Amino acid sequence: MSEHPNELVAGHQFSDFESLLKRALSPVEPPKELEARLELTFGSLVDMAAEELEAWELSSMRDPRNWVRPVAAAAVGSGAAIGLVLVRTQRRRHKRRNESHGAVDLLSRTLRDFAREARRVADDVF
Amino acid sequence: MAASETTRAEKARLDETFSQLYKAHLRDVYSYSYYRVGNHHDAEDLTEQTFLQAYRHFERAQRESDGRPLRPWLIRIAHNLAANYYRDRARRPQTSIDDAGVISSPLTTEGLVEDRDDLKRILESVEQLPDDRREALIMRFALGMDNREIARALGRTDGATKVLLHRAIKQLEGIVKHAEGPTEP
Repeated sequence: MSEHPNELVAGHQFSDFESLLKRALSPVEPPKELEARLELTFGSLVDMAAEELEAWELSSMRDPRNWVRPVAAAAVGSGAAIGLVLVRTQRRRHKRRNESHGAVDLLSRTLRDFAREARRVADDVF
Repeated sequence: MAASETTRAEKARLDETFSQLYKAHLRDVYSYSYYRVGNHHDAEDLTEQTFLQAYRHFERAQRESDGRPLRPWLIRIAHNLAANYYRDRARRPQTSIDDAGVISSPLTTEGLVEDRDDLKRILESVEQLPDDRREALIMRFALGMDNREIARALGRTDGATKVLLHRAIKQLEGIVKHAEGPTEP
């Protein structure tokens, strides 16, 4: 291994130790379910609904004929947000079940997780 | 109405670009998150939060990137979120990095048991490094980022990053040697 910092990057030539380090820190493939969940998140109509509302010109809101779309977008967005909260809450079910002491405790933990995820979705999306 | 159609078309184009960015760098963000927090569950959360935040600020980031790659920007978001993660929950990884996840994919193909011990020892030693040095090594070796990208992600100069990496490797080498114990002459 070289003593000089400049030689460290010259041509990206790795020493034996660096080669080992590269293998130890090999890239980690994300779980398929994470990919699916992210697709769901980005594909969700929450963002579309939020954008619809943001992009809507205030002036057009003076005309009641234009109220239908943003109201519909908000309704769809709310549905998608609830779906997202449910998906995220569902993810922790095994952990909750393992940690809970009885049905009441499990229910209480589930409600706590639901409330926490609802807050997070609200922070993330809106 | 024409203005709102233009806005919608612009938004669709932006979403498509973001989708490409997400597909290209999901593994990078996940790998970085995993090596930072040490377990898959929190790595998933961190990855999700990173992309959500990236999505929110994507338009501005793209405008200001001046054509430069956005990977350092993404990793910087993950870096900041990971810092918040530790601060908010007042915790560090409680166990060493789950080597089952690390040594599984590319390394099982090597099939060398003795190598696995070396690699495990290195991973454990990486966790003993100061945060900035550990992060630089993760970016360099797990994500394959060059010095300029790492510098942008860490908010340092190229020169400072080069020195940081050099010192990180030297320190890590020392820790690993110490862990191995005295060797036969």
